[in-house]
Amino acid sequence: MAKPFRSWNPGPLPGFRPTLGFTIFYLGLMVLLPLAALVLKATHMSAAQFWATISSSRALAAYRLSFGGAFLAAGINAVAGLALSWVLVRYRFLGHAVVDAIIDLPLALPTAVAGIALTAIYAPNGVVGGFLDRHGIHLAFNQAGVILAMVFVGLPFAVRSVQPVLLEIDPRIEEAAAVLGASRLRTFLKVVLPILMPSVITGSTLAFARAVGEYGSIVFISGNLPGQTEIVPLLIVSKLEQFQYPEATALALVMLAGSLATLLAANYLQTRSRRWAHGA
Amino acid sequence: MALNPAMPILSARASVRTETLLVRLVLLLLSLGFLTFVVVLPLVAVFAQALDKGVGAYLAALTQPETAAAIKLTLITAAIAVPLNTVFGVAAAWAIAKFRFPGRNILLTLIDLPFTVSPVISGLVFVLLFGSRGVFGAWLEAHDIKIVFATPGIVLATIFVTFPFVAREILPALQEAGNASEEAGLTLGAGGWRILFRITLPRIKWALIYGVILCNARAMGEFGAVSVVSGHIRGLTNTIPLQVEILYNEYDFVGAFAVASLLTLLALATLVVKKLVERRENKAS
Repeated sequence: MAKPFRSWNPGPLPGFRPTLGFTIFYLGLMVLLPLAALVLKATHMSAAQFWATISSSRALAAYRLSFGGAFLAAGINAVAGLALSWVLVRYRFLGHAVVDAIIDLPLALPTAVAGIALTAIYAPNGVVGGFLDRHGIHLAFNQAGVILAMVFVGLPFAVRSVQPVLLEIDPRIEEAAAVLGASRLRTFLKVVLPILMPSVITGSTLAFARAVGEYGSIVFISGNLPGQTEIVPLLIVSKLEQFQYPEATALALVMLAGSLATLLAANYLQTRSRRWAHGA
Repeated sequence: MALNPAMPILSARASVRTETLLVRLVLLLLSLGFLTFVVVLPLVAVFAQALDKGVGAYLAALTQPETAAAIKLTLITAAIAVPLNTVFGVAAAWAIAKFRFPGRNILLTLIDLPFTVSPVISGLVFVLLFGSRGVFGAWLEAHDIKIVFATPGIVLATIFVTFPFVAREILPALQEAGNASEEAGLTLGAGGWRILFRITLPRIKWALIYGVILCNARAMGEFGAVSVVSGHIRGLTNTIPLQVEILYNEYDFVGAFAVASLLTLLALATLVVKKLVERRENKAS
């Protein structure tokens, strides 16, 4: 990173002032000003009103589902993402390129489309849902459905964070472990996994952040019962539909604070695991 | 790639870096099975449901006037949001990749901000600004300007949601390319615009193309944010994803999935472009 005093001579290339100026102007107008409105609107509430809104039992149930569900989905994605990256990096098989491309589908597919498609399959009258229903497993219109949709939207982040790191691991490290007598499993657990851990954490954090805010794919499959299958974004929408703007704003601020806390916690975990990997 | 060669799944060749055949097959089956149930089946379901009553019903669903209006609004929205975010992306990537200045990391974090904000909140902020009870609500009403529950609100929410995509895709490419070619152009007397169009953009062409395509796919497919600002006025403020929701909630499943299949095709095209871009980059390096 450059030292501050060098900043006044940013480099010989032209366009520093206009590009930076436009960037800051456009960022301010399109992103920062709108987000400032959120904070401004929240100051219109009294502290008691604010607290009553964000601590109602309906809101508490929604936080539990949004944050708890996203945490569970991120955990599932951490394992699945690790397995998929391993298979994609280490093995060659028929259809490899297609599988690699399809991982990104949840990034490109509109969430509403994902929502109705997941529901079509896992609802009791769907192909898979019908089969599961006969065996007493229900994946739609309950909390499991919410988590299923969260897993869908988070998967690309879990794979794409680990894949490049796995690709760059020096084969000699594993060879050395094998020569020293470690079993394949032990080599994976003690040598490879610590190297991958920071990227697994990054991937799960991104998957978590995406899942917490997710709306489109979840509302179709969840059933949307207040207190049971209602996620925070849906609660905000229902407040908006009743023109309860201050309440919607207060809940939105809680969500933003939650996401921010997650990012900070992940940053901390990542530093820790990196230190662990490097044996310090 | 050369450092870490992948091996054919059924290869009998043993090495200290490979798992046994059984482990390999189990791992492959489990991970591909997971991918099938979570991603592939939903993809197949879209087309299976859309063509459930035959091609005639599929085409009839696509040519309804309300669907046509939704397609038109979506195209207008993307035609405004994507070029604006592309210009922003190029400017931001240029400023961040080519120069060192204080606050550079903060700027990067702020650009990523829309990624971490829930789509619902992305819509909410514009309702709070421009809605009838919003910050500018009274002024806008007095001057008879409609933003929320009209096209401008939909465009603003779309810009917000797709804000970082182009910048994020071209920034790594621009940083990797370095400044040497641009500086050579400068010493040979080229001006800023000429350097941008003749040297820089051709070099990051593929990353730029993918960034624009991804931004476009997200702009056309955005649901949560647009849903909050649109007001769901049929034939007027419904985009394609909102039309999907309406048809679905009316139990017109063929119609909903037929319209959804358009967006799915767009998503698939986006993935193909991404694959092509990666091929180009691998060849170039």
